[in-house]
Amino acid sequence: MRRNQVAVVGAAETTELGVIPNMSQIQLHADAALNAIADAGLKLSDIDGIATAVETPQQIAHYLGITPTWVDGTSVGGCSFMLHVRHAAAAIEAGLCKTVLITHAESGKSMIGKQPRSTPADSLNGQFEQPFGVYGPPSMFPIPVLRYMKTHGITHEQIASVAVVQREWAAKNPRATMKDPITVADVLNSRMIAYPFRILQCCLVTDGGGALILTSADRAKDFPRKPVYILGTGESVETPMVSQMKTFDSSRAFKVAGPMAFKEAGIAHRDVDHLMIYDAFAHLPLYGLGDLGFMPHEETGKFIADGNTRPGGKLPLNTNGGGLSYMHSGMYGMYALQESVRQMRGIAPAQVQGAKISVCHGVGGMFAASGTIIFTNER
Amino acid sequence: MAEPARAKPKPTPETQHFWDGTQAGELRLQRCDACANVYFPPRPFCPSCASRKVSVFKASGRGTLYSYVINHRPAAPGFTPPYAIAIVELDEGPRMMSNIIDCPQTPEALELDMKLEVAFEKLDDKITLPLFRPAKG
Repeated sequence: MRRNQVAVVGAAETTELGVIPNMSQIQLHADAALNAIADAGLKLSDIDGIATAVETPQQIAHYLGITPTWVDGTSVGGCSFMLHVRHAAAAIEAGLCKTVLITHAESGKSMIGKQPRSTPADSLNGQFEQPFGVYGPPSMFPIPVLRYMKTHGITHEQIASVAVVQREWAAKNPRATMKDPITVADVLNSRMIAYPFRILQCCLVTDGGGALILTSADRAKDFPRKPVYILGTGESVETPMVSQMKTFDSSRAFKVAGPMAFKEAGIAHRDVDHLMIYDAFAHLPLYGLGDLGFMPHEETGKFIADGNTRPGGKLPLNTNGGGLSYMHSGMYGMYALQESVRQMRGIAPAQVQGAKISVCHGVGGMFAASGTIIFTNER
Repeated sequence: MAEPARAKPKPTPETQHFWDGTQAGELRLQRCDACANVYFPPRPFCPSCASRKVSVFKASGRGTLYSYVINHRPAAPGFTPPYAIAIVELDEGPRMMSNIIDCPQTPEALELDMKLEVAFEKLDDKITLPLFRPAKG
């Protein structure tokens, strides 16, 4: 895909985040979509492309009253929205549509109008994982961690520092769910969930949503907000079964999607001013730093524990507080994208001064899928 | 009221040989006749070279502990926490999820790369699960 041909011209989250007991999941989609449309100064009738995950595009299009000529229902977990951005950029460039709305929302906490996830007993997961006691993401996502730690010499304290640093960012963000400072000792003494991970190394469970509006870069200059250009993109999938990952000391999906986006963007790692790595659990930023090529995996734990990703550090990471402290409705990728866009617009609560390039990396399922979007505010 | 039971697998035509194997006290894997790739989970073609000429064989039942979590909460139906959910690397190459029996469910007792051997746990007349225990000797 060519660089900087498509831009984000509208971006917004739901009016409220956290616990929203007075709204169903589909209404959360609509709330985010209407906020993004207002942000872009558009009318609903201006939207001719729609993408969403879990809920279907037809559900969201009908609820909002949109008649699209392009739809994308890619639903590969929490990074689906990174893939939507990539697909939408390609579709806009190809002339299939002009103005795309991407929505995400989940009533993850209140569970209003949300189908519970289920695993059929005759699926491969149902036959070869479910009978051995996996029960939701906390029992599955950390399964590779002990092998990662042994292979790369990572300590429990280093992984705990991920949660500590992100809480520092969250403290600067009025919309963050958890803002009180924590220490490495607090993390390592918090309630055990699935050894080696404790509650402070697991994401929050909240309600909320977000939406993005994309159009061609040539049209973007006529919109009220500063355009945020799509500089590079990548995507991949590996396996829906965490037990069947090729290796646990790296994520194949990360290693395909991340470097693909860097190559497309034509940038080096030293050019990155701001970084988001989807943190459903505390090990993901380590995998991301290694697999995206910022440093060898052996150095990732020390890099974070030494404070390089904290406010004032040389590589600001997860500056909204992340899934660990900001919010996590189940599919967090949309909130990582929202923070990248805020940083590129220069309006983030914890703004990285002068940031020109933001890398936003997402995961879907338990390392099952991955999507990477690189944004810039310069064309 | 009966205790909530452990999730039970339901075989498909492609996986029936595996579940017939565990019932017969055998851990069965598949090998590609064309490229010799040994793979899991079951399917009637080789995911490495796409050949449909594949054979089922009885694996050694030996492996090592590749990684694990010790799940505390929430516990799956039929499980008493804390319990380990383990990934076993079989001597033949493939990895599979399982549980470790005859072993304390603690980080001290569960050492990565420890040797394991298969054990079979009958759930009912149709389904027997492959579990693993520390290898003897």
